[in-house]
This record gives sequence, structure tokens and C-alpha cells, in this order.
Amino acid sequence: MTETILSPMSLLAELTHRCPLQCPYCSNPLALEPRKNELSTAEWISVLDQAAEMGVLQVHFSGGEPMSRPDLPALIRHAVGLGLYTNLITSGVLLNEKTFPALVEAGLDHVQLSFQDIDTANAEHVGGMKGAQARKIEAARLVAADGMPLTLNFVIYRENAERVPQMLEAALQMGARRVEIAHTQYYGWGLANREALMPTAAQLEQTTEAVEAARKKYEGRLTIDYVTPDYYADRPKPCMGGWGRRFINISPSGRVLPCHAAETIPNVAFPDVRHDTLDHIWREAPLFTMFRGTDWMPQPCRSCDQREKDWGGCRCQALALAGDAAATDPVCSRAPDHERIKAVLDTLPAEPPPFRYRRYARATDEVG
Amino acid sequence: MSADLTDDSVIRFARGVRLQHDRVRERWIIQAPERAFIPDPIAAEVLRLVDGTRTLGQIIADLASRFAAPVDVIGRDVHVMVSDLMTRQVLVA
Ligand code: SF4
Ligand code: SF4
Repeated sequence: MTETILSPMSLLAELTHRCPLQCPYCSNPLALEPRKNELSTAEWISVLDQAAEMGVLQVHFSGGEPMSRPDLPALIRHAVGLGLYTNLITSGVLLNEKTFPALVEAGLDHVQLSFQDIDTANAEHVGGMKGAQARKIEAARLVAADGMPLTLNFVIYRENAERVPQMLEAALQMGARRVEIAHTQYYGWGLANREALMPTAAQLEQTTEAVEAARKKYEGRLTIDYVTPDYYADRPKPCMGGWGRRFINISPSGRVLPCHAAETIPNVAFPDVRHDTLDHIWREAPLFTMFRGTDWMPQPCRSCDQREKDWGGCRCQALALAGDAAATDPVCSRAPDHERIKAVLDTLPAEPPPFRYRRYARATDEVG
Repeated sequence: MSADLTDDSVIRFARGVRLQHDRVRERWIIQAPERAFIPDPIAAEVLRLVDGTRTLGQIIADLASRFAAPVDVIGRDVHVMVSDLMTRQVLVA
């Protein structure tokens, strides 16, 4: 390896795959981890210690629904004690008057709360949980009333794309200072439901215009982050800022991954914190070294001037669409497999098919 | 807003924002919701004095004596810097 190994900046701690909701766009893998395989509190504490030691500065507690873990406040407190910046990525349905004070006391820095839609009926149809919307609105109210910084996250797909202006207005009313309008990313369950979720080109344009208009209208009051579906772009996203450069993702069972979709990569061992140290995995595990830097790149990336900007795009998307994780991301118009993207977009069904909901394969695994 | 900023204003970090020493990369970093940025060395010196009890005037006096520089020169620069950080939602007064 000739690549320099940087220290990771950010840790995504997927505490659990359990979640009361069943969003068909969820980025979790299709094979959800049952509770019995989850890391213990002591194991997560060790992960946090090791991450801070390596130079990680921020930890994002995610899932599934991270609030399904009763030890969440203890983990936050520990992270805060290590000087880590703590962010909770939650659906909000378990955040209420009883559960929130412990998070405040633990020193949580920021909450990112996700909404399926602003239309209650459709939101609950997509999330698969009745009564979820009222709970989320109450969660937002509690966070805003406390004064903790709140970012709302709206996932955009075919059925809700037209409601972006209402989402942004509602975000402001709910006391958020930041909002993310994030088109679905097509990994995990999102990929399995691509035909039902993918917006049309006209819808994408409409959402882009809505975001631009709102940025002017709410200037100084609301910061809007906008994430587009890269199927419609000419250049891929710089996935995770480069493979093994800044991000570490830990799965509920302790697998250490360069990105949350990396478990799809074939023919490579998945390192985990029960068998190795985080630092050793980061530096040496083949899963991390295989796509780190630019040495692994095929043409056209290898001689492209963008190669250290987008790092050849997303490995998991290359795998999903070109059948080879080491290929140029087909989203790139220079990629040999680019026509596959066009084929997907050209054959979108006029009527979206029904969702395949995010569920455990076996009905016996608990959800809440 | 920054128009109200005077030497008597008590400066503090906005909730969810803090200055942190990045030991591994040997630099200061401002951590904020969904973003992190690196202050230049002078901004870092100013921000290290922000503790929610010191006034802007005290911060300026401290810097002026430490760097043996005239209060009015330092004061002007620090005013500009602090108002800029207020519009970026890093500091509040
Ligand atoms: S995307 Fe939906 S189902 Fe997946 S973890 Fe988040 S709230 Fe739960
Ligand atoms: S050819 Fe490769 S490096 Fe160049 S823009 Fe496309 S994906 Fe990025």
C-alpha cells in the first residue's frame, strides 16, 4: 500500500436494527441483526474508547432506532466524557417526556429527527406505524423546548416529492434550525424498493426548485441541506469522503465497515470488534485497504482528474448495478456501465408497485 | 444580532457548539450540528477565552496583554470576528 492512512473523524454507531417503524427506504441491510447478536454495553464502551483514542471526534448514534436500547443515555454520557460530539439519529417515536430527560442529562449535543412525510396518512403508510406522526411532532417539540439543536430529516421519494414546500414550512414551525431534504439513497431496503420510490426527472426538478425558493425565503432562519438521488447526476457522490478515509461504521453485532452498505461486498472477511482492535482493523483489514486511496481504481477513474474528489463513487452502488464493487460507479457518465442507470430510469413503472416493508426475515425477532 | 455587540456583552457558545482540541491532528476544531470547522490560530485564541462568563471587553483586554498589542487594534479585529461567528450561529451574546 502506498496510500497514507488518515485517522477517522466520525463514527456511525448502529446500536441496533430494531425499530418500531418499517420504512421501505431504510438503508439497513436486508438481513437485519437480531437482538441476541447485538454488542453489549461494555463492548460499545470499549468501541467508544478506542475510537476517541484513534482521533474520532464525532459519534452518531443510529440504528434501526437507537432509542430501542435502554443503555443509550449511558453510552452518550460515556462519549461526552471522552470529548466526542454526540448526535442522535432517531425516528422520534420513542422520544417522549419520560425518555428525553435522560438524554439531556447525559449531555447529548444534537438530535436529527426523521419524518416519512408531512402528510400524516402517507407518513404512517410508509413507516408502517399508526400514531407515529403525532409522536414525532411531540418529540420535535420536546427537543426544541429544551433548546437542544434540532435537525429534521425528510426522506424524499415518489409519493411525497410534491410536498417539499410544506415540509420546510413545518420544519420551521417545529423549531428546527436545520432541515435535510434528502432523496432516498438506493441501498439496502431502498434498493429493494427502487421502482416504488424513484422520483421522475420532473419531480426531481420540482423538489430542487422548491429547495432553492425556500433557501431564499427562510434565509437566516433555516439552513437547508439538500441531497439528490445520484441516478440523475453525471458524476457520482464521493461516498463517505473516500473509502476508509474519514468514516467508520459499526454494525449492531460489531462489524466494522467503511460504509453502512459494505456488508454486500462479496469475497472479503468482515472484521469485528469482538475479535480485533478498531485501530488494527482500520489500518490493516482487507475490507478497509481494498478500496482505500486510488491504487485499486480501474479506468476511466485511474487517469481521471476527479479521482481524489469523488474517489470513483460508491463501491456498493458499483456492485449493485455493475456487478463489481471495483468498477467505476455507473452513475458516472464516463463509466462503461452508465447505460444501466439510464435503463433503470427509462423503465420506471407508470404506477409504483407496492412497498416491500423493512421487516425481520423471521417473525420471532422482536421489533420494539 | 451583532449590532448589539458591545464590550459589556457576555460571549458564549451557541447550544450544541463547542471548541475542542483535536489531540491526534494537533489543532483546534469547532464542533457544531452537522458540521465541523477549523478556526484560524487567532480565532482559536479568542474562542479559548469564551467561557460564558467573560465579557467581550475582558477577552480583548486579556489578548492585548498577552500579545502586548494595543487594545483598540485588537478590539476592532475581535469585534469583527465575534460578529462573524455570531452570524454563523457559533457564538451568542
Ligand atoms: S429508516 Fe425507518 S425503518 Fe429504517 S431505521 Fe430509520 S426509522 Fe427505522
Ligand atoms: S471516471 Fe471515476 S474518478 Fe472520474 S468522475 Fe467518473 S467516477 Fe469520478
